[in-house]
Amino acid sequence: MTAIALQPSVHPAVEGGLHLEVTNVSRQTEMIVSITLAAPAGGRLPSYVPGSHLVVQYGSGVNAYSLTGSGNAPSEYTISVLRVEEGAGGSVAMHRLCVGDRVNVSRPRSAFAPASTATHHLLVAAGIGITPILSHARAAVERGNSASMIYVHRPRAGAHVGEARALLGPGLTALVECIDRGSFQNVLAEALLTQPLGTHLYVCGPVVFMDAVLEEARSQGWSSARLHSEAFGAAELDEGEPFTVHLAHSGVRLEVPAGVSLLETLETAGKSIPNMCRKGICGECVLPVLRGAPQHRDLYLSDQEKAANTTMMCCVSRSNDPELELDL
Amino acid sequence: MSSTIIEVDPDAALLPERIRRFPFPFASDTYRYSANVEPATKTAPTEAGAWGAHLVDIDEHYLDELAERAKVLSRDPSRVNVLPHMRPAVWDALTTLLSSMAEDYPDTMSFHREGNICRWRNGLQNLEVEFTFGDDSSLPEGPLRFLGSQIQDDIILLDVREDTLWLDAGLVTFAADWSFGFDVGMNFLEIHHPVPRVKEERIISRAEQFLLRLQPGEQFRRTNWTMTIGRRMDTSTETYPEWGRDRSTIADDPAMPEKLHLRVEVQHLIRLPHSGALLFLVRTHLLPLADIARVPAWREKMGHVLAELPDDMAEYKGIIRYRKAASDWLLAR
Repeated sequence: MTAIALQPSVHPAVEGGLHLEVTNVSRQTEMIVSITLAAPAGGRLPSYVPGSHLVVQYGSGVNAYSLTGSGNAPSEYTISVLRVEEGAGGSVAMHRLCVGDRVNVSRPRSAFAPASTATHHLLVAAGIGITPILSHARAAVERGNSASMIYVHRPRAGAHVGEARALLGPGLTALVECIDRGSFQNVLAEALLTQPLGTHLYVCGPVVFMDAVLEEARSQGWSSARLHSEAFGAAELDEGEPFTVHLAHSGVRLEVPAGVSLLETLETAGKSIPNMCRKGICGECVLPVLRGAPQHRDLYLSDQEKAANTTMMCCVSRSNDPELELDL
Repeated sequence: MSSTIIEVDPDAALLPERIRRFPFPFASDTYRYSANVEPATKTAPTEAGAWGAHLVDIDEHYLDELAERAKVLSRDPSRVNVLPHMRPAVWDALTTLLSSMAEDYPDTMSFHREGNICRWRNGLQNLEVEFTFGDDSSLPEGPLRFLGSQIQDDIILLDVREDTLWLDAGLVTFAADWSFGFDVGMNFLEIHHPVPRVKEERIISRAEQFLLRLQPGEQFRRTNWTMTIGRRMDTSTETYPEWGRDRSTIADDPAMPEKLHLRVEVQHLIRLPHSGALLFLVRTHLLPLADIARVPAWREKMGHVLAELPDDMAEYKGIIRYRKAASDWLLAR
């Protein structure tokens, strides 16, 4: 219905992020392609914590992809994308990218960081789950930490296998590749019983795979504090559902879209709301609620205050009801 | 917690820089603890000028305070400590702050990095050094001591693990009545245990949740304050015998307006980009009451804050024996 969108609008999840150029596309396997991104003018990109991901915009949607480098003062970012035909379309769009294309991405986000106090890092990957695991392995080698890797992939269809093998040495002391379930079960069972004291385990792959590895580890007596699994975006607030606010004093109704905060919506409408942190902790942007149940997502209000539903922090909180009425 | 309109004093332009740049912390006539965090490097106007445009602030006391820090460190090596797992965080802090300073002060400073080879030039110290990222031996006293010789801020590094913050490294020579050596290895709640009211008001647990949710690269700041007798930077627990007794004599000292200082800490909270550790910087600013009184709005606000401050907070800040004298002097003018 709209005219040709030459410049699709920036998705809220990548706002304040980076505008990068595709500098290389290389096929890893039949279904997995690696895409390298760099600043169009060249130069350094922000460092990132090993195991971090980028949120990448494709058309009007976004997807999160793990970065495969160590994160130490990079001049390019590399992600690998598995083509999922029945997905929302992100991976298909990513597979269409060519050298020279520009993409909007978030700054790197960390939700799968290595534990600084680990004596050894046991890295376990399945399929495309190799991407953050490779990042961890590279960082361990760079920092002189000790790591070993178990990598499950289809025969002759392992992405980044060559890079993982090239890391073997004093940092990455072992790489076990498994191409069938049975051999993996044995390798994992053996590994879980023979790690040095103080080892942390990191797992990335399909959810059922991660659950099975974590369950096996726990049943062997591993404490949860030493088990880490990739959970995209778990550290950030989700963009939430759209809702309406009715401003009682002016009678104005405003639509708050998904991914846009109530505070931003009010500011756009010309309302000046005192605010400081914009993260739900300082308490400055409190608003009185006359009707409707806010979805409280702040760290400021007490449980009683939240239950009373008479105030809300408009920088992060949203609405459980389709409409909220504010004393504004 | 209301928003206040700040009117710049018409005579402010005539005031010396130390007053115009001072981060005056009071927005109203009362003060309570709060999680008063805001995004870093936003210029904050005051009635006398402004502060806060740069992450690392350099002022007229730069060389003096660094010399003072060197003396403290040579007397007492317990003011610096790095638990072994914090080495990556120290290097992350060093490169993050040097490149930030090079951006903010391009006339005097520059930072270049090729791979792991870094070159740093600091014209204020006539210094040019080359070092290797990650190689502790490439800087004569190691990366943390070196960083402490380039910035006026005290440096604290907190590790993030098990959903908790741990104070596992730092260089602190200008502590306001606490001991870095005592706190090393403690977690966030343990460190803040002595602060009155904050447990009841859940401020500390809220602050910790906020810090744990910061993404790498994010930078926030807050201010805190107390009072100090004399222009004394090192008011740590370790040197208490040298400065503690001044607190009982200052109220009757005719030189109180010149000796008694408002001590403001501009604290930065930075989630470091590569290590993911939390960098906590504390930059201490001291301004005597005589200077505060040259800005009428400051004189009144501080006078009322000191008069109204509840006893438990005044006791914790160590100002209870002279806060009335200070308040009376400020409000009598």
